[in-house]
Amino acid sequence: MALDQSFVGRTYPPTAPYEVGREKIREFAEAIGDANPAYTDPEAAKQFGHSDVIAPPTFVFAITFKAAGQVVQDPQLGLDYSRVVHGDQKFAYTRPVRAGDRLTVTSTIEAIKSLAGNDILDIRGEVHDEAGEHVVTAWTKLVARAAEEG
Amino acid sequence: MAAKIAYEDVEVGTELPAGTFPVTRATLVQYAGASGDFNPIHWNETFATQVGLPDVIAHGMLTMAEAARVVTDWVGDPGAVVEYGVRFTKPVVVPNDDQGAVIEVSGKVAAKLEDNRVRVDLTAVSAGQKVLGMSRAVVRLA
Repeated sequence: MALDQSFVGRTYPPTAPYEVGREKIREFAEAIGDANPAYTDPEAAKQFGHSDVIAPPTFVFAITFKAAGQVVQDPQLGLDYSRVVHGDQKFAYTRPVRAGDRLTVTSTIEAIKSLAGNDILDIRGEVHDEAGEHVVTAWTKLVARAAEEG
Repeated sequence: MAAKIAYEDVEVGTELPAGTFPVTRATLVQYAGASGDFNPIHWNETFATQVGLPDVIAHGMLTMAEAARVVTDWVGDPGAVVEYGVRFTKPVVVPNDDQGAVIEVSGKVAAKLEDNRVRVDLTAVSAGQKVLGMSRAVVRLA
């Protein structure tokens, strides 16, 4: 089922702040098997010029994708989430995410396309800190694969 | 930022040390918990096959995270990454055995940019297939 084009350009309200915890960063770094000390040792992070431990580059996706849930689960949009796969992902960083950040995400639907029965949805998530400064922008392309015949 | 690689020491074509990253079902469960992505296509093969996948597949974001390690291990400071993007071209299929899957990642400097930045192009392969396309990171070097 083709998605409603009128959703293109729609921006959802900013999320409630997500507080980035040191131990959450550690848990994430362990899950991806990455022993870089900048993720777990505040002193090592300081030697790189960071005021506290920083998060791996892809960590913020957990926050932006949760925010994109507003879009994905919007019943008016009608996306079949059970058939959704991740198409593309991109991040542009003003600075790394670090422990103690309180981050909000503002999600915007950038594009909706239908290609060979697949619904393709481009969502941009702008991530800001408590001071309102930009931290990172995440672009997520989701593809709802066409249902098979029969 | 404090990258340990100097801009003047690299040129277009400079290869980064490659990485090999094993992924088992246990890895996927751990990543699901850490990332909050509990989509059953990443842990439930009945569900995965019902929606037309060959088997349980790895989270694309896990593959993206592993590929980034080739860059961050090279520069030292992960905060040196200023842009990073990928296309998920093929799923990493993770069988329910002790071996699981392996993701092999290589990278090379594709362009030297302004402000001590370089673009690194990455290649990620699992089971002989490219699992990422357009996989590029922009990194600020020392």
